[in-house]
Amino acid sequence: MDTLAFILTQCVNAFSQAALLFFLGCGLTLIFGIMRIVNFAHGTIYMAGAYLGYTSVRWLGGFVAALMVAPIVVGVLGVLFELFILRRLYGRDGNAFLMVTFGLALVLGDAVQVVWGAPPLQVPPPAALAGIAFFLDEPFPVYRLFLIGFGTVMAIGMWQFLERTRLGLLIRATSQNPDMVHALGTDVRVVRSGVFGIGCGLAALGGVLAAPLVTASLGMSLAAVVDAFVIVIIGGMGSFLGSLIGALIVAFVQVFGNYYLPEAALAFMYLVMLTVLVVRPGGLLGKEE
Amino acid sequence: MLRIAGLNTHYGASHVLQGVDLEVPEGSIGAVLGRNGVGKSTMMKTVMGLVRPSGGEVELEGHNIFGWAPHRVARAGVAYVPEGRLIFPDLTVVENIKVAERKPAKDWPVDRLFEVFPSLRERQGNRGSQLSGGEQQMLAIARALVSDPKVMLLDEPSQGLAPLVVRELANVIRRMRQEGVTILLVEQNMKLAEAVANRLHVMVKGKVVYSADPERFRDEEAEIRSRYLTV
Repeated sequence: MDTLAFILTQCVNAFSQAALLFFLGCGLTLIFGIMRIVNFAHGTIYMAGAYLGYTSVRWLGGFVAALMVAPIVVGVLGVLFELFILRRLYGRDGNAFLMVTFGLALVLGDAVQVVWGAPPLQVPPPAALAGIAFFLDEPFPVYRLFLIGFGTVMAIGMWQFLERTRLGLLIRATSQNPDMVHALGTDVRVVRSGVFGIGCGLAALGGVLAAPLVTASLGMSLAAVVDAFVIVIIGGMGSFLGSLIGALIVAFVQVFGNYYLPEAALAFMYLVMLTVLVVRPGGLLGKEE
Repeated sequence: MLRIAGLNTHYGASHVLQGVDLEVPEGSIGAVLGRNGVGKSTMMKTVMGLVRPSGGEVELEGHNIFGWAPHRVARAGVAYVPEGRLIFPDLTVVENIKVAERKPAKDWPVDRLFEVFPSLRERQGNRGSQLSGGEQQMLAIARALVSDPKVMLLDEPSQGLAPLVVRELANVIRRMRQEGVTILLVEQNMKLAEAVANRLHVMVKGKVVYSADPERFRDEEAEIRSRYLTV
């Protein structure tokens, strides 16, 4: 295999991995930016998305349907969780959220095991995306190429949503000063519920997309929550663009690290995070608080 | 237009507002003077709903708005220009205004605001954090006006501004009154308060202890200053 083809293959792997990580990190950073809460259940929500994707594919018979149903179901559940549980905690210190979201991670993790069982579940990619495309005589899984395209479209879509819509404006304003937004006539509690729902939905979407690649398994939640935190710490808590950059960095470090130094790949990821923390404690695009 | 009676607010164990009585008639400017820490800003936050009152009455046009959440108070027609302006630092000038424009403004659309505040028009694409103190103050007022308010709460607008900018501010405040906006102004700058207010009030330890029209205030100014305002 020549060098160019090798780099191309690894880049496709890295960019497709970045797409999955982006959904994870973007949801976490949105939630943190607007609510100043650390959502420990984020990885479990991602995992639940993968399992819901599995069931949606079986019941509704289509991957596209799963891509829509799982995030919406999880998003609505997220809104309900915010309404009935998190809302009682605003004004308390951050530890309350830590405990409650950690509790959610445990409960949701067990619930998934009860409903779907312990063995990993195979989610086949849709037939149209199952094949292999050749480029420079090298094989590329079509599904990975699809992930890159879909991730790019969604990232642009999210960015435009935040920059151009009224809800996006309110989300950005609320992340800067919620009391002021409230005093200017917008019920910030609604913005908070909405953002929590959107963040959970994005994580679930990432889970559905990951399922055909890695199978839906109980183990994916821990890896996901760690990745999500590293992305957000590198990119800067609360920064949308930061989550995109963080996802790209983490994906490249993981993919190339796994090839060259598989036993040290994880350590390398933390090393990158540490370096960022030393140079810019608030993350690449974050603000120090 | 705005009537406050027996308003009480506690921060934990400390009793900040101890029965504030104040009335601002329609189309007038009421100014509240007082030393630091007597509860002026707390009064504004309490009226706005940002701080929970523990007792009393707040009425807007005869309707009780006591204890309402901030967004409801705002929608009822109260606009808030907080102490320290609290511009959204990462939003542009136009975006700062748009946050408050819940429905298209009738009296104070963005074009008109740019006429009143020409410096904001020039800087409309700049972020809030890039503006000077004076520009931020004008933006905070523009952001409040875009909701076509009946009453505006103006908390220490002259803070940290150069004398020339304070004069411009006085003109803006008078112009708003001419257009029918009722204003409750909290100020440390006595000259500004005297220059624009229809009625002046002095607050001491969470209570309004003195109220007078500008003529009488001027006559008694030396005494009021030494009794209530200087440290």
